[in-house]
Amino acid sequence: MKFRIYRYDPEKDAKPYYRDYDIELDPHDRMLLDALIRLKTVDDSLSFRRSCREGVCGSDAMNINGTNGLACVTNLKTLKEPVELRPLPGLPVIRDLIVDMTQFFKQYHSIKPYLINDTPPPEKERLQSPAERERLDGLYECILCACCSTACPSFWWNPDKFVGPAGLLAAYRFIADSRDQALNARLDNLDDPYRLFRCHTIMNCVDVCPKGLNPTAAIGKIKDIMVKRAI
Amino acid sequence: MAKSFPVMHFDAVIVGAGGAGMRASLQLAEAGLSVAVLSKVFPTRSHTVAAQGGIGASLGNMSEDSWLWHMYDTIKGSDWLGDQDAIEYMCKTAADVVYELEHFGMPFDRNDDGTLYQRPFGGHSANFGQKPVQRACAVADRTGHALLHTLYQRNVRARTQFLVEWMALDLIRDADGDVVGVTALEMETGEAMILHAKATILATGGAGRIFAASTNAFINTGDGLGMVARAGLPLEDMEMWQFHPTGVAGAGILITEAVRGEGGILLNANGERFMERYAPNLKDLASRDVVSRSMDQEIKEGRGCGPHKDYVLLKLDHLGPDVIIKRLPSIREISIKFANADPIKEPIPVVPTIHYMMGGIPTNVHGQVVAPKDGDPNSVVPGLFAVGECACVSVHGANRLGTNSLLDLIVFGRATGNFIVSENLKAAPHKPLPGDAAEASRARLARIDNATSGESVSAVADTLRKTLQAHCGVFRNQGLLSEGGPRAARDAHLDQRSQQDVQHRARRGARAR
Ligand SMILES: Cc1cc2nc3c(=O)[nH]c(=O)nc-3n(C[C@H](O)[C@H](O)[C@H](O)COP(=O)(O)OP(=O)(O)OC[C@H]3O[C@@H](n4cnc5c(N)ncnc54)[C@H](O)[C@@H]3O)c2cc1C
Ligand code: SF4
Ligand code: SF4
Ligand code: FES
Repeated sequence: MKFRIYRYDPEKDAKPYYRDYDIELDPHDRMLLDALIRLKTVDDSLSFRRSCREGVCGSDAMNINGTNGLACVTNLKTLKEPVELRPLPGLPVIRDLIVDMTQFFKQYHSIKPYLINDTPPPEKERLQSPAERERLDGLYECILCACCSTACPSFWWNPDKFVGPAGLLAAYRFIADSRDQALNARLDNLDDPYRLFRCHTIMNCVDVCPKGLNPTAAIGKIKDIMVKRAI
Repeated sequence: MAKSFPVMHFDAVIVGAGGAGMRASLQLAEAGLSVAVLSKVFPTRSHTVAAQGGIGASLGNMSEDSWLWHMYDTIKGSDWLGDQDAIEYMCKTAADVVYELEHFGMPFDRNDDGTLYQRPFGGHSANFGQKPVQRACAVADRTGHALLHTLYQRNVRARTQFLVEWMALDLIRDADGDVVGVTALEMETGEAMILHAKATILATGGAGRIFAASTNAFINTGDGLGMVARAGLPLEDMEMWQFHPTGVAGAGILITEAVRGEGGILLNANGERFMERYAPNLKDLASRDVVSRSMDQEIKEGRGCGPHKDYVLLKLDHLGPDVIIKRLPSIREISIKFANADPIKEPIPVVPTIHYMMGGIPTNVHGQVVAPKDGDPNSVVPGLFAVGECACVSVHGANRLGTNSLLDLIVFGRATGNFIVSENLKAAPHKPLPGDAAEASRARLARIDNATSGESVSAVADTLRKTLQAHCGVFRNQGLLSEGGPRAARDAHLDQRSQQDVQHRARRGARAR
């Protein structure tokens, strides 16, 4: 199978380049990650992140034939050859397919991604009805892979000011939690021309999320609450 | 390369940001200690994220339950080889630590009355083995994900300092044998450092990747065990490995026991529910060693499925789409992606797959690492702690019950944190570093850096994995083991063999680890 892979080692290379590979795969190689691991036995300088190989850890997000996705759950049969692999767009490249995710996590941290409830907890669990709990579905499952934010033009232009789809999804996850008491502070934190309102509903984020989550919908809900609060 | 490495000082250094490491770090950070948590991957990428089924605690939300019954099940499951005092502590504390996770914001599934939903799991019973009980608190089939993210979030709140994509190399022991920190490599820059600490806590997780077929992530390579062994300290119960009955045939990916907890059953090639024969009471929910051995027996006796008769089937379509979509959504996703089978319509091909290491670094209930010294078999190694799958308390004996590992992480992560806080480290001075603190790591890195020939690391690792797979399977016997032992030792002899490849892993390019 043929691959065309973005290569860059800042210690050696003046600038990034593409390298072509043609490699015979094993019949057991099902996913793109299997192929990458096989490629690494041939060219061990090829660098990428990976861990769980089942789509839950968020390590191996990359740009695959022009679309962001996880290598470990991308079936080789679905890919057009040569398979072109690039690092996630818009973030600084550390080496090959590995990007510096500092800015992405900074935005995630900026929304206070933890439950805020200052009343002393009861001896047992805080009660939550199944319906209240269900509101968190489609929100808490995010694996912080950054496929969405690095597919979002607004995030490319303003990674330091726009929270981005992943961070906003997380913000709504806490806004929607019946146990959280910081609604106003959370909204104040986002009430800014950039942090929330740079989202222009382009939906790239929804198209690429490997967990099938919908950041655009979550962003829409935050905007609704914000508007309601204003009147 | 310089003779030594730059030094950073902390009250405590934790190696590992999985559930165990982050539960311990939370106690320390909230108590105001200076703590650094090292991880070779971003914290939420640790393998705890993959845990599916649940965390056990006798809350009694579904029907009557008692920590004594949980304790009985755990001891029985362990083949009576677990440490009963440690098991008592774990089962008694379980409810508190689960409520605490809920207070931290973990999005547990709920009952109509707002309490935590609990599901049945293998080996968990009511009234000392009488009938299955619902004891596993769960977040759909993403319990580990929810737990790990919640702990990370709570640590963000506590302003814990993380050193992300740092790889710990060696323990530093002084002339008294006390541990005074670790050496570590910042993977992005390739720079090596000394992390000088009053307490060093290993939370490096499992080592399932020493086998060819495994439910574990690529990063589960048992680094902490290696560090301890290289420091001249013993490991405990290393022959005790658990095979999970249901790994996807050919892919190794786990299908949680919760599938059987919710009513899924195992079938052989004749369509027979064979577990009724092997375990008439608990059937498909018997403990994992029993189910794995029964499956292996079925396959050995020619009742396996498929063209090579080498797997059995896990049937769950009778649960109906609603239960599958609500309680087992990721299982459906995994099955479709990795087995080409939608479990709403067809069964999943499964085989027993290596899953969990019961043994590890021996500790007491405070997480203190112990080793024989001057006639005392449990003498504490000052400065060194271990928690989570890399540790052996031992609450799992020869066989761990499902849901008891996540519980182990949280109970002993917290207990270890509390113990270290009680030691009042802030006021205590650092023990001085020995003059040769960096020597072992420096020499190894230099050797690897300067090596120009030798075998490829991936080839050596493959051979080792195959040997373990062939000689240490579900059924072990004297012949296989005594042949396999020396063979593995020979395979693993990296000292003389490693070359450039290692350099790429250990130095700048180590990101891919
Ligand atoms: C697929 C699967 C499903 C499971 N489901 C369940 C379940 O439902 N219930 C249950 O109770 N148990 C379950 N288990 C078991 C349980 O998830 C694990 O035992 C547990 O999560 C291990 O946690 P840990 O914190 O010890 O280690 P991990 O979560 O594996 O974390 C290890 C940490 O150590 C770091 N590390 C390792 N080496 C180094 C090094 N050299 N330098 C720096 N950092 C290092 C890693 O980066 C990582 O942060 C499951 C296991 C698997 C594989
Ligand atoms: S919908 Fe908003 S967040 Fe999503 S890609 Fe478009 S601009 Fe970005
Ligand atoms: S929302 Fe989806 S794409 Fe974005 S980080 Fe989370 S899992 Fe990845
Ligand atoms: S390797 Fe974990 S998401 Fe792909």
